[in-house]
Amino acid sequence: MTTLLICLPLAAALIVWLLPLNPISAGSLALLAALVEVGVWIQLLVRYDFTQGGLQFSQQHTWFSDLNVSYHVGVYGFSIWLIGLTVVVMAATIAYAFWAGRERMRAYMGLMLFLTGAIIGVFVAQDLLLFYAFFEAMLIPLYVLVGVWGGPGRMGATLKFILYTMAGSLLMLASIVVYGLSQHTFDLVQIGESSSQWVFLGFVAAFAIKAPLFPLHGWLPDAYRESSPEVAAVLSGVVSKAAAYGFLRIAVTKFPGPAHDFRVPILALSAIGLIYGSLLAFRAPDLRGVIAYSSLAQMGLITMGIFAVNDLGLDGSVLQMVNHGLVSATLFLLAGMVERRALTGELGRLGGMARGRPALATVLLTAGVITLAVPLSSAFAGEFLILAGVFQRGWGWSVVGAIAIVLAAMYVLRLVSAVLHREVGPAVSDSALDLRPAELGVTVPLLACLLALSVWPAAITQHSFRGDHGAADVAAQFK
Amino acid sequence: MISKPHVDWFALAPVNSLLLATGVALLCAVLVPRQWRKTFAAAVCALGYAASFGFAVALYVKSPHAHGVVADAFSRDRLTALATMIVAATGLLVVGVAYSERAREDHSSEFYALLAAAGAGMAFFVGANNLMTLFLALEWFSISLYILCAIDRDRLGGLEAALKYLVIGGFGSAVLLFGSALVYGTTGKLDFPGIAASGQHHDSLLVFGLAMMIAGLAFKASAAPFHMWTPDVYEGAPTPVTAFMAAATKTAALVVMLRILVTAFPANSNLWTVAVAVIAVCSLVIGNFAALVQRGVKRMLAYSSISQAGFMLIGISANSQLGARALLYYLVPYTAMSIGAFAVVAARERELGVPVTFENMAGFGWERPLLGISMWAFLLGFAGFPLTGGFVGKFYVFAAAYEHGWTWLVIVGVLATLVSLYYYLGLVRAMFMRRTEDLQLAPIGGSPPREALLQTTAVVCLAVTVGSFFAVQPLIDLAKHATHALPWV
Repeated sequence: MTTLLICLPLAAALIVWLLPLNPISAGSLALLAALVEVGVWIQLLVRYDFTQGGLQFSQQHTWFSDLNVSYHVGVYGFSIWLIGLTVVVMAATIAYAFWAGRERMRAYMGLMLFLTGAIIGVFVAQDLLLFYAFFEAMLIPLYVLVGVWGGPGRMGATLKFILYTMAGSLLMLASIVVYGLSQHTFDLVQIGESSSQWVFLGFVAAFAIKAPLFPLHGWLPDAYRESSPEVAAVLSGVVSKAAAYGFLRIAVTKFPGPAHDFRVPILALSAIGLIYGSLLAFRAPDLRGVIAYSSLAQMGLITMGIFAVNDLGLDGSVLQMVNHGLVSATLFLLAGMVERRALTGELGRLGGMARGRPALATVLLTAGVITLAVPLSSAFAGEFLILAGVFQRGWGWSVVGAIAIVLAAMYVLRLVSAVLHREVGPAVSDSALDLRPAELGVTVPLLACLLALSVWPAAITQHSFRGDHGAADVAAQFK
Repeated sequence: MISKPHVDWFALAPVNSLLLATGVALLCAVLVPRQWRKTFAAAVCALGYAASFGFAVALYVKSPHAHGVVADAFSRDRLTALATMIVAATGLLVVGVAYSERAREDHSSEFYALLAAAGAGMAFFVGANNLMTLFLALEWFSISLYILCAIDRDRLGGLEAALKYLVIGGFGSAVLLFGSALVYGTTGKLDFPGIAASGQHHDSLLVFGLAMMIAGLAFKASAAPFHMWTPDVYEGAPTPVTAFMAAATKTAALVVMLRILVTAFPANSNLWTVAVAVIAVCSLVIGNFAALVQRGVKRMLAYSSISQAGFMLIGISANSQLGARALLYYLVPYTAMSIGAFAVVAARERELGVPVTFENMAGFGWERPLLGISMWAFLLGFAGFPLTGGFVGKFYVFAAAYEHGWTWLVIVGVLATLVSLYYYLGLVRAMFMRRTEDLQLAPIGGSPPREALLQTTAVVCLAVTVGSFFAVQPLIDLAKHATHALPWV
């Protein structure tokens, strides 16, 4: 079942690449594969035994035995939600790319499907080397997706993106070699805890760049601005969650000592990123800039929750990962839809788009309201849990987080009013249409997921980790 | 009356089948009519390599216990067999790359004869078990390669490349010979196990000889700081020859270095591990940084091959079975990637009729997607991305370095990989991400040449590159049995 989740999109990618399909059938096939993938995930969700928890649907085959490396995959409660986020967002983005009609549809769709398989691989890998392989494999399609179908500055953006992320990943590879060989296994379930600070920092470097955490976010604005909207949606919605997953699954769990020693610096960096990202989002001149920097802020918040290392923080982070993934994917897609109509994302040239476009106004406002964590929204639940979690590590962290929520309200409302309200901007023509049914078909399901989570956030918080373990014992979750 | 040693013909069969192919190919230069000559010679050469590969497989299966043959001049063991397999497969693939080369019509059978002769020399070289056969085999394949570099007289830089290779290669051979002489002078032994058993390892002359032998082999493996001939020769030589040199010569030199150091100088391992590690670091640093500024694709690949030699030398420097396995595993995807990359360069070169640079690779990925995607995979493999054997190879050499206690070497390797991304991905960028309108290309007209054989070669290389990522265990088992042939302490 787990293997099917990985292999289905990869096989579909191969089919799309190899068969001489026309763009329409290539796109339909890709969309079909993505929807089937959602169906498989629902099966997984239904069949996972949440009362028992722990690793389920696991499969293990030896890959090479002399270093004890194996193909070992399986899912935990919380990884189910991240997989769900992946399949839903990927289906939406593939649908949008199909509708928007990208050039060289076969190559594009194949790469998106390949990316889907790689991301799911990251979330289910239970072997360090396999995890690394999937983590890197994500980069291959992303590199091409940004570099070929991106905007005018795509060359610089891809180069920066790849060099930043590979610098982190390679440090992680060194850490993996050291950690795995010193423990005589690379199996994530069996491998023991380590107290080596250097190894810990190698892992943290990779995840902190990928997430990104302040001050390692240099690649972020360019990559999010230059890529096509659906790729930006995947980058900020899903790929960044792979980093948060890494923090949770490896950095905190396997390195309790160093995670404790470095808690204050990491929380501080997250907090700085949270505030700084929010301020930059408030000042950003264009749609994508606002969403990109808000992503930086939100990843800071999620990292805070993880490094709080207690039930509240972890539950909140998982919920917030899903929330932020859905919300930023929706926002990036909406940004793409607005840019398609106005041919620009500059906030100064937009405005007044609400008049005569009720669907756009409703969808954007709903997404915005969830982003700024209005009470009763799922983002509120997630942020509240995270703040409550870090409160146990010092009240100051919660104060910073609470301030950031106010800042979030500022930048989201600025974005919403700059697009929808005020006088009609110079780039907005009267003939620009409201959201088309296809666009609604892409965004509404994402919003529906968010609203469902708003109604029942406990779906995730009560079904991520096993029982109510003592606050300190994170590792016990993964036995 | 000199007593003749017993000759184990089976052990020499891979070498002899290639020699036979050489002879037949040479004969066909005079006996076969001109229009069939090239096809016939290529077929003979390919058959020779195929037979050699087959014999090597048989030898691998039938030689579980290492032993010397022909008065201990040649070692019949699985290491020899495995290295011969790699060399023979390389040769076979290179025939595929070379076949549709336009020039050289009047020398085609000589070309294939020399190609087979060089392969025979290497197959003998990897099994060398004493200092005489070592030098003999080295000169045997080197001389073949000198001529192969120059065989295309009209090629710009071809003669310069050959001359440079001859002079510097000759110097390298001389250094190796001098080193061998010093070792022989100290120990009075020619055969490798005998040198180890002589107990003279503290003698400063022996140490000096060891250093010179390492330097001589490093010349052939084009490891820095003995690499200065590499870029010019790789650039000037006909591209199929470059592919052969990058893949087979490096394989042979590295395997022989492993064998000599472990078999003949186990007592000096505290010295040579450090020396090899230093050479590895130099290769990584010089190869990667010099590759950054190259505009010619062949020159870039030349420097990249220097840095790849650095990675493989890490495996040797670990002086462990794990390190040896890492080297032998790494050689498989490395040879596939090298041949494949040069095959793609050759295809572009024939299409454009000018040396291939980053600029004129632009748009190639979309024009010829099969070759473009293969090249993409080879470059990712060189850079050590997953889904290619290059990733597992790098992981293995890092593991070997760590196990040896050299975490710093892991860090150097990791940083070198990071630097290398810039130029490997730079070529991917040139192939796929430039808009065709931005380019000032002067196509020579017509559709690109159909080269079924070359494309098949690229696909085979692609299959090996990707397949070695999945089939690690079988390859590691092969390598493991091969390393058992060496006398590990």
